[in-house]
Amino acid sequence: MNRISGKWIVLAITVIAVIIPLVVTNKYYMNILIMSGIWSIVALSLNLILGYTGQVNLAHGAFFGIGAYASALLMLKLKLGFWLALPFAAAIAGFFGFLIGLPALRTRGSYFAIGTLCFNIIVTLIVDRWEGLTEGASPLPWGGEITFKTMAAQYYLVLCFLLLTIFVLRRIMQSLVGRTFRAIRGNEELAEAVGIHAMRTKILSFTVSCFFAGVGGVLYASYIGFLSPEITDYHVSFDALIYVMIGGVGTIVGPIIGTLLIVTIPETLHIAAEFRLLLYGLILIVMIIYLPRGIVGWIKELKGKRRQEVIWEKS
Amino acid sequence: MVLFFQQLVNGIMLGAAYSLVALGLTLIYGILHIPNFAHGHKYMWAAFTSLFLVVNFHTNYWVSLLIAMVVLGIVGAGVERLVYRPLRNVPHINSFIAAIGLLLALESLSLIFWGADFRRFPTLYDKPIHLLGVAITLQRLLVIAGAALFIILLQVFIKRTWLGATIEAVAQDPEGAQLVGISIDRVSSLTFGIGTALAAAAATLIAPVFLVYPTMGSMPNLKAFVVIIIGGMGSIPGAVIGGFMLGLIEALGGGYISTDYKDLFAFGALVTFLTLRPMGLFGKGVR
Repeated sequence: MNRISGKWIVLAITVIAVIIPLVVTNKYYMNILIMSGIWSIVALSLNLILGYTGQVNLAHGAFFGIGAYASALLMLKLKLGFWLALPFAAAIAGFFGFLIGLPALRTRGSYFAIGTLCFNIIVTLIVDRWEGLTEGASPLPWGGEITFKTMAAQYYLVLCFLLLTIFVLRRIMQSLVGRTFRAIRGNEELAEAVGIHAMRTKILSFTVSCFFAGVGGVLYASYIGFLSPEITDYHVSFDALIYVMIGGVGTIVGPIIGTLLIVTIPETLHIAAEFRLLLYGLILIVMIIYLPRGIVGWIKELKGKRRQEVIWEKS
Repeated sequence: MVLFFQQLVNGIMLGAAYSLVALGLTLIYGILHIPNFAHGHKYMWAAFTSLFLVVNFHTNYWVSLLIAMVVLGIVGAGVERLVYRPLRNVPHINSFIAAIGLLLALESLSLIFWGADFRRFPTLYDKPIHLLGVAITLQRLLVIAGAALFIILLQVFIKRTWLGATIEAVAQDPEGAQLVGISIDRVSSLTFGIGTALAAAAATLIAPVFLVYPTMGSMPNLKAFVVIIIGGMGSIPGAVIGGFMLGLIEALGGGYISTDYKDLFAFGALVTFLTLRPMGLFGKGVR
C-alpha cells in the first residue's frame, strides 16, 4: 500500500513541477527554481559515489566545471550543436572521472577525499591559467546559439534532465550493480570476499557520478551563458556536499530536498553572502553531529521505516 | 647558480612553514584520526590575531606571536571539545564534513570581522641580507629559524616530558593508554591545542613575508595535507621531511619551469604519490 501511495506522491510532485511555469511568471523565482534543478542534478550525482558507494569525492566541482567548459568549447571551437555537445561534454567529464578514479580510488577514506580535493584544485588552476583554451579568468562565452530562450523553456529543459537523472540513478540503485555499490559502502573487504571486484565497481560508480555532474555543468553553462574558472572551484564541491548531507545522504529525495532548501531559503530571506556561509557552516556542523543522515534520513528514522544502515564504514 | 641558491633559500623557507603547519595537522591526525580540514583557517585567524595586536596595541612581534599561539591553542582545544568530541565514535568522514562546516564558518567570520582586504603585516626585519649573491630578508631567515626551533621543541616535548609521552601513548594505542589511566579527552584537547598553536606560530612567522587576508589559509592548509600524505599521515618525521620536500619542489619548479603553474607542482606531486605510494613515505598502511 505504501508503495502505491508513494507512486502517487511522486506523480503529484512531478505534475506540480510541470505546472509551475504556467503559474509562476516572476523571473526571480523562476531563476531560483532553475538553479535548484541544476544543483539537484549535481547533488544527486554526488550522492551516487558519496552516499551509495561511500567514497567522499571532493572533486565534484571540477567535473561540473569540466562538463561546462567542454560543452562551451565543443560548440565554440568544433561548432557542434547543443544536443551533440551535451552528451559529449558529459562523456568527457565521465572520462576524466575514470582517469582520476584509477589512481584516486586505490585509496580510501580521508586519503581519497584529500586526493580528489587536490585534483579539483589542479583543474581550477589549469582552467584559470591556460588562457589559450579557456580564456583564463576572463569569461568564456557560451558557444552556439541558445535555443532555450525563455525562462520556461530553460526550466523545462532542466526539469527533463532532472527527471532523467533521477530515473537513471534509481534504476542503477535498484539493479544488481546498485547493490554492489552498497556492498562496498558497507564493507569493502567483505564485498571483495563475496566476489565483487571493488576497484571496478568503484570506478563505475565514480564515472557515472562524474558523467551526471558533467550534465549539470552543461545545463548550467547553457543557462548562465558564460563561464569563469570559479565554477570549477572546490567550493562548488563543498556546496554539493552540503546539499547532499543536509537533505539526506544515501537517499534519492534527500539531495533534491537539501538543494531546494539551501538554494531557496537564503535567497528568499535575502541573507548577505558572508552570513550565508556562516550559516551553512554552522548548520553543517550541527547536522553532522545530531542528524548525520540529513532531513530525509531523520524522517525515515522517526517513522522507523528503515533499519540502521551503515553509511560509511568505520575506519 | 644565483637563481638556484635564491630558489633554494625560498624553498627552505616555504618548507619550514609547511612543515610547521603540517606538524600540527599530523599530530591531530595521529591522535584523533581526523583530517582537520579547518586547520588552515585557524592559521589565518592566528595571522589576523597577531596583526591586530601589532597594529592596534603596538605589541612586540614576538609577544604577539606567543599571544596568538596561546589564543589559538585555546580555540583549537575548544573546537575539539565542541565539534570533534561528539563525533569521536562515528565514522571519521563525519568529522571531515564537520571540518568543512567549521572552515566555512571561520572564513565567513573573518570576512565579517576583517573584511576581504589584503593587509600588510608591519615588520622590523625586512632589510635584505646579501650572502653568496643571494638577497634574503631577515624575516625569511627568522621563518626558517623559528620553524626549526618549534620542531625541536615539539620533539623534546613529546619524547622527554610526561605530558608529551601521553600523546605518543594515545597515538600508538588508545585502549592501552586508557588502561594505564590516560584520559583520552584530555590528550585530545591538548593535542588539538598544540597543533593549532603550531599553526599559529607558522602564520605569525610567515605573515610579514606574504599578505594577510581571509582566504590566506586555504592554500597552506591544502599543501599541509599534501605534505602529510607524502610523509604519511600521523608521522612526525614525515611531516617535517615532506614539508621541506614540498617547499623545494615548489620553489625550484616555480623558478625553473613556470611560476604560473607553481601551485600545480605541489598537487601534481600528491597525485604522483597517491599513484605510486599511497601510504606515504613513513605511513604504515592506506587506512
